[in-house]
Amino acid sequence: MLDMLSYEFFQRALIVGMLVSLCSSLLGVPLVLKRFSMIGDGLSHVGFGALAVAAAMNLAPLWVSIPVVVIAAFLLLKLSGAGKLSGDAAVAVFSSGALAIGAVVLSQSGGNADVSSYMFGSIMAITGDDLLLSVLCSAVVIILFIVFYNKIFAVTFDEGFAGATGVRTELYDTVISLLTALTVVVGMRIMGALLISSLIVFPALSSMRVFKSFRGVTVCSAVLSEVCFIAGMEVTCELDFPAGASVVLAFLAAFLIFCAAGYIIKRVRKSTPKPQEDI
Amino acid sequence: MINDLSFTVYQGDFLGIVGENGSGKTTLMKLLLGLKQPQSGQIIFSGGLKQSEIGYLPQQTLTQRDFPATVREVVLSGRLSKLGIKPFYSKSDKNKAEEYMKLTGVDMLSGRSYRELSGGQQQRVLLARALCATEKLLLLDEPISGLDPYSAQDMYDTVRRLNKDMGVTVIMISHDLNGALRCSNRVLHMEGGQYYFGTTEEYRASDIFHTMSTCDCHCCCEHHTKGGGESA
Repeated sequence: MLDMLSYEFFQRALIVGMLVSLCSSLLGVPLVLKRFSMIGDGLSHVGFGALAVAAAMNLAPLWVSIPVVVIAAFLLLKLSGAGKLSGDAAVAVFSSGALAIGAVVLSQSGGNADVSSYMFGSIMAITGDDLLLSVLCSAVVIILFIVFYNKIFAVTFDEGFAGATGVRTELYDTVISLLTALTVVVGMRIMGALLISSLIVFPALSSMRVFKSFRGVTVCSAVLSEVCFIAGMEVTCELDFPAGASVVLAFLAAFLIFCAAGYIIKRVRKSTPKPQEDI
Repeated sequence: MINDLSFTVYQGDFLGIVGENGSGKTTLMKLLLGLKQPQSGQIIFSGGLKQSEIGYLPQQTLTQRDFPATVREVVLSGRLSKLGIKPFYSKSDKNKAEEYMKLTGVDMLSGRSYRELSGGQQQRVLLARALCATEKLLLLDEPISGLDPYSAQDMYDTVRRLNKDMGVTVIMISHDLNGALRCSNRVLHMEGGQYYFGTTEEYRASDIFHTMSTCDCHCCCEHHTKGGGESA
């Protein structure tokens, strides 16, 4: 990987990838806990459709897909919140619909676009403009997450209680899903439309096996996502695997390790019982 | 739908709200909390009490079952309304949280994970969180549902102590008629659009109580048998 670092396109891919990993791992914690894991998946398919349309019309990909995906995120939230469609059904409608549109547009636009790179990611895809926009988006996500950390915790843990103490829970739900939309769009060029949601789900899910505090899970997710992203990139460079797929495999390995660790910790705790606390 | 309901809660009261499912208890609670707006009529908070100063103990949700959070994190989140636009909790917020954990007897558990606690312990953690939001008025939504008889009794004792010793006003929604009557000094009975509001003594003497308690008898007996079985 070190000799690849001299290439500018690879530097860009690495910077964007690391930022996106960080953002999605942070957002993943509340999303997974609120049972919204699939929202990232749905949004990435919408992103795929938008990218295909942008490519066919020769427009800058991010400038088209960001507004489209942000609107989709907003609609998804409204639909599942209003109880008109259940959350998972809403995601299914959006993702298959957008995927179909993308496929049709790509097939009609003369086949100059590389479908596989859209689906599974490519480290060649990031341009200078993309880099700038990605850094901006990531900065917004990270700053908002830190500023709203305590509110996000409260809303995620207990929406009813948070609402009763005067927190505008819908506002924070909207903020989280809009941030997710931004992250998904920025990350899907490297990770691919089919695989970007793994960045959201895997770090949080793995950390939850081992850590028992919200802060612990959040910090561990962030660190884990960086480690796995870099490990995945290393595999990509050495073995010429698709970038997104390598990263997901690294996450999968980490998940299995964390599962085993969680199991062992549980066993050890059971065999050394604490003094009984009175009820 | 709730129609023509009017009642008053004074400072230091313990109001038990009892009644069947679907009689509007949950709707009433949402109105009190400001999660819903009344179509007509109003809820008046007097004496400097604000709507956001209700300490709410909600029913537990499915999400919380595997939620990674320490007891301290959960209790501290009760200070959220005091936070305003500040992003982080201050030292005094943390001290308050410690104080209420002691008061509800969960201070020994503060570093433990919420999901690893027993049902009774979890309820007391949520009670500490509710106190963090306010010392004036607690609103408890089915506080003993899902608890074994001992934890339930313990929960009642804790709440009663808060009411008696600290003068916390309590509004408790409950299916457990006997438990509610033992703690409360006022009762609001809701059933199929009929309401009864009065002191607990008046309620015990009323017709509506007699119909209710004969229906309830079976459940009570079952409750006691269960308790006896576990202790044996």
